[in-house]
Amino acid sequence: MSSLIKELRLMTEIGLGHYLTLGAIIFSIGIIGIFLNRKNIIVILMSIELILLAVNINLVSFSIFLGDLTGQVFTLFILTVAAAEAAIGLAIIVVYYRNSGTIRVEHIDKLKG
Amino acid sequence: MIAHSIFFYTFSIIAIVSAIMVTASKNTVHSVFFLILDFISISCLFIMIGAEFLGMIMLIVYVGAVAVLFLFVVMMLNVAQQKNQWFASEDSSKHIPVGLIISTLIFVELIIVVGGWKYKPDLFDINNSIETAKVSNTHALGQVLYTDYIHVFQISGMILLVAMIGAIVLTFRKRAGVKTQSYIKQISRERSDGVSILNVESNKGVKIDD
Repeated sequence: MSSLIKELRLMTEIGLGHYLTLGAIIFSIGIIGIFLNRKNIIVILMSIELILLAVNINLVSFSIFLGDLTGQVFTLFILTVAAAEAAIGLAIIVVYYRNSGTIRVEHIDKLKG
Repeated sequence: MIAHSIFFYTFSIIAIVSAIMVTASKNTVHSVFFLILDFISISCLFIMIGAEFLGMIMLIVYVGAVAVLFLFVVMMLNVAQQKNQWFASEDSSKHIPVGLIISTLIFVELIIVVGGWKYKPDLFDINNSIETAKVSNTHALGQVLYTDYIHVFQISGMILLVAMIGAIVLTFRKRAGVKTQSYIKQISRERSDGVSILNVESNKGVKIDD
């Protein structure tokens, strides 16, 4: 009984572990999205955004719970890089669609990789 | 503490469900909307635990810029014809077990790390909170960002500039047959190019445009 109460207290008292678990779950969902998606390449870019979001969650929660501001500064830079990456990736997708008329993942095989 | 946990579970469940819907939704436009919902709930979490500046920046940058960019591209390209099928052919569904195995492995590894953190709590001193500094989160972040990290800050600005130039150069194309103004031509036009003075003899006239 007392162990149950202790478990309940651990569940309601939000700590660092809860935020890290949330980040792990979202990271795994992003990786599942990259592997399972066969529709178009835009959803793969969105999965990459999810992965970066999970990294941001980890950095911010460590920064808050350890009292060190460096994590939030790095989250800011990750945000910058993610925005740049999204812009360049979407531009490449637009150019590819203009040239070949499709952005389906299994049809993008010009490099024969 | 109860309110904190209620808000945490609400926002994190919304975030996880919408992250699943981003990857599982058949319509790409719906995936973009679920991505926006995900970003909003995560930024609510950030604001809740005390990183207000990052939460707001996340709302502005992701919801205001990146997600709208995704939405524009999705609506510009013709992806609607493939929205009703998950997999194009049977052999593309062979990626499913590989993806599930890899993501499960990564998830288990991350959870092991979290568990190790939980059972070794005295590894770091958790009690030196930022709240003791008596300044707001934005203030503290600004004090660090513009002094210690000024070079990294400038470099991130350069990255944004390069990304902007790259996106413009990639998608720019010259179309044939479009009439546009040429400022150089207009400005460099001389009087002698447009006007010529002729000596007209009477009763003969002048032939123009020959």
